[in-house]
Amino acid sequence: MKITVNGEMHDVAVAPDMPLLWVLRDELKLTGTKYGCGIAQCGACTVHIDGVAVRSCQMPVGDLEGEVTTIEGLGQPQVLHAVQAAWVEHQVAQCGYCQSGQIMAAASFLDTNPDPTDADIDRVMSANLCRCGTYPRIREAVKTAAASLRGA
Amino acid sequence: MGKLKTIARRTFLIGSAAIAGGVAFGVYKVRQDPANPLLENAKSGEAVFNPWVMIDGERITLITPHTDLGQGAESMQAALIAEELDVEFGQFETRFGVPAAAYWNTAMAGDAAPFKSTDDSFTAETTRAFMSGLFKVIGMQGTGGSSSVPDSFDKLRMAGAVARETLKAAVAQNWDVSVDDLKTEKGAVIMPDGTALNYTEIAALAAEMEPVEEVVLRDPSEWRLIGSQMRRTDIVGKSTGTLKYGIDVDVGGMVHATVKVNPRRGVMNSYDAGEAEKMSGVLKILPVTNGVAVVAENTWYAFKAAEAITCDWGPSPYPAEQSDHWKAVADSFTDDRLDKVWRKDGDPDAGLSGDVVEAAYHAPYLAHAPLEPLNAVVKVTEEGADIWVSHQIPRIVQQQVAAITGHDTAQVKLHGQYAGGSFGHRLEFENVKLAAEIANQMRGTPVKLTYSREEDFAHDYPRQISMARGRGAVKDGKVETYDLSIASVSSSASQIGRIGMPMPGPDSQIPAGAWNLPYAVPNFRVSAYRVPELAPTSSWRSVGASSAGFFADSFLDELIHAAGADPLEERLRLCTHDLARKVLEAVGEMSGWGGDLGPDRGRGVAFVNSFGVPCAEVVEVTNTPGGIKIDKVFIAAEVGTVIDPVAFDNQVKGGVVWALGHAMNCEVTYSDGVAEQSNYHAYEAMRMYQCPEIEVRGLENGDTVRGVGEPPVPPAAAALGNAIFAATGKRLREMPFNKHIDFV
Repeated sequence: MKITVNGEMHDVAVAPDMPLLWVLRDELKLTGTKYGCGIAQCGACTVHIDGVAVRSCQMPVGDLEGEVTTIEGLGQPQVLHAVQAAWVEHQVAQCGYCQSGQIMAAASFLDTNPDPTDADIDRVMSANLCRCGTYPRIREAVKTAAASLRGA
Repeated sequence: MGKLKTIARRTFLIGSAAIAGGVAFGVYKVRQDPANPLLENAKSGEAVFNPWVMIDGERITLITPHTDLGQGAESMQAALIAEELDVEFGQFETRFGVPAAAYWNTAMAGDAAPFKSTDDSFTAETTRAFMSGLFKVIGMQGTGGSSSVPDSFDKLRMAGAVARETLKAAVAQNWDVSVDDLKTEKGAVIMPDGTALNYTEIAALAAEMEPVEEVVLRDPSEWRLIGSQMRRTDIVGKSTGTLKYGIDVDVGGMVHATVKVNPRRGVMNSYDAGEAEKMSGVLKILPVTNGVAVVAENTWYAFKAAEAITCDWGPSPYPAEQSDHWKAVADSFTDDRLDKVWRKDGDPDAGLSGDVVEAAYHAPYLAHAPLEPLNAVVKVTEEGADIWVSHQIPRIVQQQVAAITGHDTAQVKLHGQYAGGSFGHRLEFENVKLAAEIANQMRGTPVKLTYSREEDFAHDYPRQISMARGRGAVKDGKVETYDLSIASVSSSASQIGRIGMPMPGPDSQIPAGAWNLPYAVPNFRVSAYRVPELAPTSSWRSVGASSAGFFADSFLDELIHAAGADPLEERLRLCTHDLARKVLEAVGEMSGWGGDLGPDRGRGVAFVNSFGVPCAEVVEVTNTPGGIKIDKVFIAAEVGTVIDPVAFDNQVKGGVVWALGHAMNCEVTYSDGVAEQSNYHAYEAMRMYQCPEIEVRGLENGDTVRGVGEPPVPPAAAALGNAIFAATGKRLREMPFNKHIDFV
């Protein structure tokens, strides 16, 4: 089947019930999207489908409609997305394993809510688990990214 | 702050164990410098100063052997070298290095030796030194026990300084100038006329020099990097999905595997893989120790096939039901289980002859559950084995793999990886051994083993289960008698036993954080009781102090309330240790202690010294109609020197979040011999909406530089319990607290 990821079309020969997560990681070698729980509890596998944050561990590739964007497609080390730039500025990451998912969740969230309150941020970002406890920095980085995106 | 000091390189490499005196393993062995692993591969024209710095004609490479588990060890180690070497971030590359005895950890054993870290007596110092020597013989290149900073602080600055002075000496000799007229900056030696000779240009000349033996470490007033905000070397990689973790390793021709191993940790009687063998993408199904492995075309095929295998599991070697674990702990407060009376001041028995305050506390098993599940890539050939994994004790990984493949340890090559968290999880070897078992049955083919989250939870070696009983007395508004008995399984003995090493003597982790409370209570006793091994346990962020610190400070708080005294004032009145007093005073000032909080609110203070770091926390809560809301945390920790304020702040806040989250709602319980918590839905810890505002202060009053990965953990649960008591009058003595009270 054909899927479009980060603007590129791929022909993947896998079982249609295989979650998008594993197609990305093991077939397309896009390992920026992480496996954490497999049951939509942690959010480490968050990607965008047509710009909307989705748990790729719960998305059978055969049901996929729309274009996929992964952390690798959001921005690159030399061309950071505003959310990634904020994550670098605040040095959010400790182990960093959840941060691809956190960044993808935040980018999608700010797309629909460009000027979130603290309560909005807490409510939406609580869906993503961070075992290292970087929550205070995530809060600040989301605010910085929001301001940056509004100014852009 | 550190003092200006001259350290001979040769003295440093062997000196920290110089007092050992030859007991057991012999001073001669301890005094030998471990072989330098980089010399073997050093090419012509490549100067190797010591195992931490490599400079060739093209690049400067700094070796950072302490494993980066997310704590920022790589950046910290590089910064210490760079400080003295006079190179800037961006001018060097880093490498994790290979496992080698030369990367022995001088600090790791310091807290294992049975002396309070506040005890600077001769006996304590000599024993700590001996333990360092012992670890050097073992060649333990370990990461843990908040030891990366203390182990590295002098050693890596020395490495940078020796390299710098040797480069200068090479220039002096070849250009016929005096060393005293040379400076160094930004990766270059600066000639008297201002000409800059890049290190890379003069590396070959320096290779012909004997390293300069005597160097002077810079005065803190001259530091460029230490104490300033740095940008972590891995921060862009971790913000763009480009940094590779162990689970992301891709070796050409690799197959994907997962395992299904007896969740009761007993034997596997039989298995039926009939369905699984027919499933798409499945390549092989192989037996492994106490279980079965599926090898497949990708990870998901392996997971699905593993689910389809039915296994007949043998019973657990420990009690099948959780209630029997608790009973075994409760039954261990007996004379024959007494591990050691760790402290006895005054006459506790006499002090308990009148009215007595009594309380009993519980701390459950806890999983580590770092977000990156266990994994390893192994390739075995006739010539040797390669393993790609993140591990806290890489040298023992080599031994474990070699024991399975039949090679010599030297034929096992370990490629260290970044870890997606650990918290102690990557001190264990199950993933390493199972990956080696699979790959050994498929020689020539690289195998990536990935645990499912469920398998990871089932095979976590949890934090120790423990209980405490406190008895105390108060008089005239003061705490007069404090008698705390702690019964715990020994996670240290359990863990060390799994790598085939004995652990003689009492386990200093059982009373860690309790017996060294810096308080002059007239009658003060702390006793530890050893519970026989139940479920196997391991080191969990802050180890013994994670439970003992909670017991110790909570019970003190109960006594202070019984005395009618102010919790902070009474702790300060009792405090005999200057550094401890200062952290208590700091959180008092930060929190505006004593000020009115308004209705339905409360604050609690707690103090624990673990891993040599006096750490105090104040927690503020509100008792809302829906439950307890944690509003704010103030924390002060004494670490001697803060190396990077950003990394420090992040680590400390992370420790608070870790501790509060698990105290609120996490435990591992066993039923039918199996851990009942299989994924994060049943083991949530803290989410962002519950995360309080956290204000951090690092104090630098002490002479000794300390790591801060673990010390913020032990006081947090106690401070939260104390705050909840202040707000509600309800005393929480059992973790997780949500068994007794709701949180919003």
